[in-house]
Amino acid sequence: MINSIPRKYLFSKGVDQYFTEVYLAYKFVVRFFKEASRPPFHLREIINQCFEIGVKSLPLITLTGFIIGIVFTQQSRPSLSEFGATSWLPSLVSIAIVRALGALVTALICAGKVGSSIGAELGSMKVTEQIEAMEVSAINPFKYLVVTRVIATTITIPVLGLCCGFVALLGSYLNVHSFESTSIVSFFNNGFSTITFIDIFSSLFKSLAYGFTIGIVGCYKGYHAVKGTRGVGRAANQAVVLAMFLIFIEEVVIVQMANWIRYY
Amino acid sequence: MEEQKHITNEEPVISIKGLYKSFDELEILKDISLEVFRGENMVVLGRSGAGKSVLIKILVGLITPDKGIVKVFGQQVNKLSPKDLNTLRLRMGFSFQSSALYDSMNVRQNLEFPLTMNVKNLSRQEINNKVEEVLHAVGLIEKINEMPSDLSGGQRKRIGIARTLILNPEIMLYDEPTSGLDPTTSQEINTLINEVQKKYNTTSIIITHDLTCAKKTGDRIAMLSNGKFVKIGNFEEVFNPDKYQEDDKQIKSFFNYNFIQ
Repeated sequence: MINSIPRKYLFSKGVDQYFTEVYLAYKFVVRFFKEASRPPFHLREIINQCFEIGVKSLPLITLTGFIIGIVFTQQSRPSLSEFGATSWLPSLVSIAIVRALGALVTALICAGKVGSSIGAELGSMKVTEQIEAMEVSAINPFKYLVVTRVIATTITIPVLGLCCGFVALLGSYLNVHSFESTSIVSFFNNGFSTITFIDIFSSLFKSLAYGFTIGIVGCYKGYHAVKGTRGVGRAANQAVVLAMFLIFIEEVVIVQMANWIRYY
Repeated sequence: MEEQKHITNEEPVISIKGLYKSFDELEILKDISLEVFRGENMVVLGRSGAGKSVLIKILVGLITPDKGIVKVFGQQVNKLSPKDLNTLRLRMGFSFQSSALYDSMNVRQNLEFPLTMNVKNLSRQEINNKVEEVLHAVGLIEKINEMPSDLSGGQRKRIGIARTLILNPEIMLYDEPTSGLDPTTSQEINTLINEVQKKYNTTSIIITHDLTCAKKTGDRIAMLSNGKFVKIGNFEEVFNPDKYQEDDKQIKSFFNYNFIQ
């Protein structure tokens, strides 16, 4: 449905627009949970989106993870070797990757790649009346386009984060092995000795939150794109910027929560 | 307003009474009333920006009216629950001005999509038969595996019409079916609209600013100007310059503009 914008401003144009946007975003999220809990569930489309988002992002994620593992290890070595503590490299890298880097790097890459793609795709569907075409064919476009994509990002981004973390550790191992001739068993034993259940759980929880954020922001911006090609460009751009901003906020909040659980 | 009454005892399929719609300060539709009867081709003619598209989007519940009663098959569109609105929409086909084909799907998938989403338990054979039937009806069976981006403007319009026909609608709504097309292709689309009406026995509302389209396809024409219907009747009645009054400036200017073009 097309709704008219209120003509008289309560505060000022900017303030009113900000609160309207927040309210619309809130309604969008609430609608997602309502629609997601009711059949039909469009499982085939969810699988299709998981493939589009997950499999097609895998090469970029693994390559980035591998490079991060090597570079992070390489850059940490001089500081540790000053104290003769290069044997701590596996645990240092493991903590950094499992607690933060794996999930965060994956989320930031996906916010750029997946978020912009969802924003642009839905935005272009909106401005070319494809979403309205679904509505008049008695198909619920929110359910078919938004719910499936958000579920797909929420499922696939934790999996991609796991892959990124694993490949980053592998990259780190190769670097450590080439300098210290450490065996793979010793590297992973040493690395995982410092990792706790809370680290893994908080990382997984973060990935789920990032996945949901990327999906819902991309869909929201695309679904509310204004007419014209400029609207599509703006939707894609705003999807990336807002998703990244929210990811950093979530990172701070979840890290604080994990630390609170860890120490109390 | 001089309105030609449709002489029938039948209940109208579409009935609009006292319809108003505005966006912000801009009044688009002002006190619109119209009745469309079964099997009729009603053309809504007017200049760009006259509110023609808004009118048919109100009919399918894409836009809510500010005031007035819009009934389709006796049901008031803006009072229906989402479920009932969808049931009503299945009885109506909407051909968009831009065709609105799903550009990530090929022609076959575009046609299958509304069918498989709305009609459960269809066999593969039944789906294929239906897709081929509507593609034959619009004369584009050879394009079945093409992507929308590979089709011409006229072909896209035809596929858009085929996509609406696949659900066997009782009402067809055409939004500017000939806009952006060359005269020959426009003529083909006009012929197709008439063929669809005969073959599928549909009631149609055709939104256009093209006088040729109005003349070729319309049983009656409702002329929309400044948000109001200024004249309703058949083509000869609406476009008879001898009948113009001095205050029919809008019709005169539209008439002159189109024929000069």
